[in-house]
Amino acid sequence: MKIKSQTITLDDLDRNILRLLQSNAKKTYSEIGRKLSVAHSTVYERIKKMEEQGIIKKYTVAIDLEKTGKKPITAFMTVFTDPKESEVVARKLSEMREVVEVATSLSEELLIIAKVMAESQESLHTFIAQKVVPLQGVLRIRTSIATKKFKEGEFPIEI
Amino acid sequence: MTTLTSTQRILRKLPRDNAFYFFTSIGNYTGVSAASLEEFVKKILEVNVKSLEFHLYRGDFQKWIEETLEDKNLANEIKKLQQSKLIGNDLRDSLYLMVSKRYEKLKGYSYA
Repeated sequence: MKIKSQTITLDDLDRNILRLLQSNAKKTYSEIGRKLSVAHSTVYERIKKMEEQGIIKKYTVAIDLEKTGKKPITAFMTVFTDPKESEVVARKLSEMREVVEVATSLSEELLIIAKVMAESQESLHTFIAQKVVPLQGVLRIRTSIATKKFKEGEFPIEI
Repeated sequence: MTTLTSTQRILRKLPRDNAFYFFTSIGNYTGVSAASLEEFVKKILEVNVKSLEFHLYRGDFQKWIEETLEDKNLANEIKKLQQSKLIGNDLRDSLYLMVSKRYEKLKGYSYA
């Protein structure tokens, strides 16, 4: 792993370790080492460095909420904003429990795209009406409720 | 009976958080809002008629007028309108007539 200004260059071993961790973050150093034909101590050192550099941000868990008895709905919300306020609106959305992803986009007009989850359509509407719309700078909102999910995941690291 | 104090309260300007926000369906905000009864009257004429249908038949207008503006009389009138099953511009006209009449009456009280 080499650091050039703010960019960190990964070698093949780093990328292979990341690929294996992306598929299962519970894999042990030994398991990864065996798969990649390197010592587990090498794997440990590489992972530790990538954690320190912030390349590995966190280890998380993907939960199938339906199996826990909950059936939350997912919606994609496009928030049209006053350009002067969009940064603040995006930050405020990021702090809300129901909002799981937020990004800004510059198309014809400045807008924020957010993935939102809620217990029901009614709670989604209440959330948008009471928490999002009153934010200073929100001009209008378009929301699409997802009906069937075909894929969900992380962008896989290229080898 | 509507007293001067309650009239002034119904006609007051509300903070942003308590305004009525017009949607056309779940999560689709039109960008139109009303922070007083006076503004609400004007916005009935401006907003997409789909928004009037959406809110009337969900009971949102009645709820906001009764709980936020605190005008039980107007809320009851709107409840009756809900039973008429009106849609489109017929709904807009009836709602406008009802709310503007109430607004003018209250404004008359407050100047008396």
